[in-house]
Amino acid sequence: MVDVTPHGADLIPPAEVGEMDLYHPHSWWTKYVFSQDAKVIAIQYSGTALAIGLVALVLSWLMRLQLGFPGTFDFITPEAYYQFMTMHGMIMVIYLLTALFLGGFGNYLIPLMVGARDMVFPYVNMLSYWIYLLAVLVLVASFFAPGGPTGAGWTLYPPQAILSGTPGGTGPGIILMLVSLILFIIGFTMGGLNYVVTVLQGRTRGMTLMRLPLTVWGIFTATVMALLAFPALFVACVMMLFDRAIGSSFFMPAIVEMGEQSPHNGGSPIMFQHLFWFFGHPEVYIVALPAFGIVSDLISTHARKNIFGYRMMVWAIVGIGALSFVVWAHHMYVSGMHPYFGFFFATTTLIIAVPTAIKVYNWVLTLWRGDIHLTIPMLFALAFIVTFVNGGLTGLFLGNVVVDVPLSDTMFVVAHFHMVMGVAPIMVVFGAVYHWYPKMTGRMLNEWMGRFHFWVTFIGAYLIFFPMHYVGLVGVPRRYPELGDTAFIPPSVHTLNEFITVAALTVGFAQLVFLFNLFWSIRHGKEAGDNPWRATTLEWQTAGTPPPHGNFGKELPVVYRWAYDYSVPGAPEDFIAQNDPGPATQGGPATRGGPATQGGPATQGGPA
Amino acid sequence: MAIALVLVLVVIGSVLFHVLSPWWWTPIASNWGYIDSTLVATFWITGAVFSAVVLFMAYCVYRFRHKEGRKAAYEPESKKLESWLTLITAVGVAAMLAPGLYVWGQFVTVPKDATEVEVVAQQWQWSYRLPGADGKLGTSNARLINSDNPLGINPEDPNGQDDVVVEAADLHLPIDKPVKMLLRSIDVLHDFYVPEFRAKMDMVPGMVTYFWFIPTRTGTFEVLCAELCGTGHGFMRGIVMVDTEQDYTSWLQQQSTFAQLTGPAKVGALVDPAKATAKME
Repeated sequence: MVDVTPHGADLIPPAEVGEMDLYHPHSWWTKYVFSQDAKVIAIQYSGTALAIGLVALVLSWLMRLQLGFPGTFDFITPEAYYQFMTMHGMIMVIYLLTALFLGGFGNYLIPLMVGARDMVFPYVNMLSYWIYLLAVLVLVASFFAPGGPTGAGWTLYPPQAILSGTPGGTGPGIILMLVSLILFIIGFTMGGLNYVVTVLQGRTRGMTLMRLPLTVWGIFTATVMALLAFPALFVACVMMLFDRAIGSSFFMPAIVEMGEQSPHNGGSPIMFQHLFWFFGHPEVYIVALPAFGIVSDLISTHARKNIFGYRMMVWAIVGIGALSFVVWAHHMYVSGMHPYFGFFFATTTLIIAVPTAIKVYNWVLTLWRGDIHLTIPMLFALAFIVTFVNGGLTGLFLGNVVVDVPLSDTMFVVAHFHMVMGVAPIMVVFGAVYHWYPKMTGRMLNEWMGRFHFWVTFIGAYLIFFPMHYVGLVGVPRRYPELGDTAFIPPSVHTLNEFITVAALTVGFAQLVFLFNLFWSIRHGKEAGDNPWRATTLEWQTAGTPPPHGNFGKELPVVYRWAYDYSVPGAPEDFIAQNDPGPATQGGPATRGGPATQGGPATQGGPA
Repeated sequence: MAIALVLVLVVIGSVLFHVLSPWWWTPIASNWGYIDSTLVATFWITGAVFSAVVLFMAYCVYRFRHKEGRKAAYEPESKKLESWLTLITAVGVAAMLAPGLYVWGQFVTVPKDATEVEVVAQQWQWSYRLPGADGKLGTSNARLINSDNPLGINPEDPNGQDDVVVEAADLHLPIDKPVKMLLRSIDVLHDFYVPEFRAKMDMVPGMVTYFWFIPTRTGTFEVLCAELCGTGHGFMRGIVMVDTEQDYTSWLQQQSTFAQLTGPAKVGALVDPAKATAKME
């Protein structure tokens, strides 16, 4: 085991760790497969998430082919369409984005950025990945089950999710889905506890909370939220599993199914929706907050300027995290819940726009008077701001209860949530991969392929989802495999649907260039060196690249400043690393009241 | 450099698309013009914010892009600027929320003179029930549903005998009369959605949900299901016809009541409570 956890009252990890205190793998298997090193686990998580994400990408092509050219592809029946739709949604939200941001980036960046040798519970961390992999395999198994995977929509609303009118509803499809989610939550909880405890207890000397890079703040807050939100989904899944498997009636009232009286009685379908969205809305921010954090660091590093309003950014992350637990029923304005709930949830929902807007202002104000290097990570960060602002603003339509009434369950909603929690966070994923790939492999990703990937993805994604809002405004409902002859839908909508499909396929194929680049650059990329972006944070100050087991060589770094000392007046270079004691801080910018003045290692009492 | 240009084009393109594209909502056929107005106001406010933020970004990228010898400013925070931005945002948000809540207040307050009309959904068709001469709907229960009583109307409830039953056919509504749509489902979630009426609401088995509106335009309107309800969801369509008072009355006279549909001989058999209870177990 890695012994960097503090003992007793000594809360500061020792600067030196004896050789015998670190867990060392003894074979190829324990080094690369059943590894307890967070960096290896991070790559395992990321690889698995990208692989299953590729499945979701193909499913989205199939859906778009059907929507753009209905009736052309015989194998895309309504049943198949709903199955594609359900699996696409569930994979993207849970198995790709959540797993990638927390399991992938969280594992890789938290120990490195806080100056720890590893996660505090490496063995549990390893289990977390293997249970995640099992959850993915159970999910994939449902594709091969009799009747196929469930087609209940990613929201899995009962009663239809477990009835015969829904694909996979009476077969094993829905059971496998619920079991897979339960496994995912168990695996996530193991990882999540690790991330939280590591951030709280594993920080190196001098790394106060208010010196943490915003990446760590984003992932940390998202993890705390996930630990509080996922239990609601867990409970809902267990209850629905009982309803389906042993005939209980948690969510099932007395109904008539296809002319037959069902044995259920007394359950509440709306209760499921409350449980689902009590998880589901925080989930949006579980994906968004790591993206917020990471993009802050990308912008700051590549604009060579400190992030504007760091303390406000931290409090905005924490505030959004807290508020996101009291807005869930804005997904249920037309669910049939008591209409007076609408007043409360519309108010909380629009209040959350304020801290979110502050974050946007601070990102663009960081660009102001910067020294903007238009690297690929910076381009993706800019694309994130555009798509996030766009998607966030349409959220004000849907959050404002009465405006939501005509728009809910239309393509406007589909366009909104894809823009805000699909496209925008994925822009950050790409920016982050281009930014940290050099640290993970020692090589730069190919520049030409990267720029091609950026332009097609950014412009293409905007062309897919911006016009889609207007399809919804016309009144086209979501989750319709075809529109048929509907009087209020003009033929031009069908033309627009064809255009969107072509754009979607184009963007999809550009992702293959990205995947190729990931593999090609491992051998053929330019040598990166230890700190190619001249960044301040600790992961760039490691003993080697990729960082060795234990991350920091014999001595852990000691932190003297916040993560954003870029272009400090009077400094010899345009960045000062966090572990750089630098010139005496007297009279420097640190005395200007910025966060840099808070608690240096000397004021911490030291480990003595 | 290209990125600054593209950011400007994104703004210009989005605004032009909004103004010039042929895709806009269907002409309204109900009293919910307020919803449309709130939506348009939201478009203006959010459109202005979007344009301002993205154009500001474009300017920054153009003006402060890296050149040899450029050095970024060092400016950790500005309490004054941050407070002002917070305040302006809060005002903007309140400007959208206040009218929204005001209209929502109207949306959830059903006028006393509204006529009740029941919509009953099942996979995958729409049926309706009107209160009949006494103006009251009889009680109902999913356990009472069988082939003779597809809507599960309680045969023991005298209020239900004159209820007009419209099974799997078109609904007619009189123009300019407020109507409270009582929504019921006998199997899974559905959602009664007529784009021209703007209002919609889920139908949940085990409970009765509702919304109200006033039809303001005669014509034929398509009903779609707006809550995923299984394989046939995309094909669950119906028709609502908004009629003049005369047309509505003549349509109503052709419809059958619950009593007529079940017939006096059969009522006795249906009333048998033992049978109904037996089925529940």
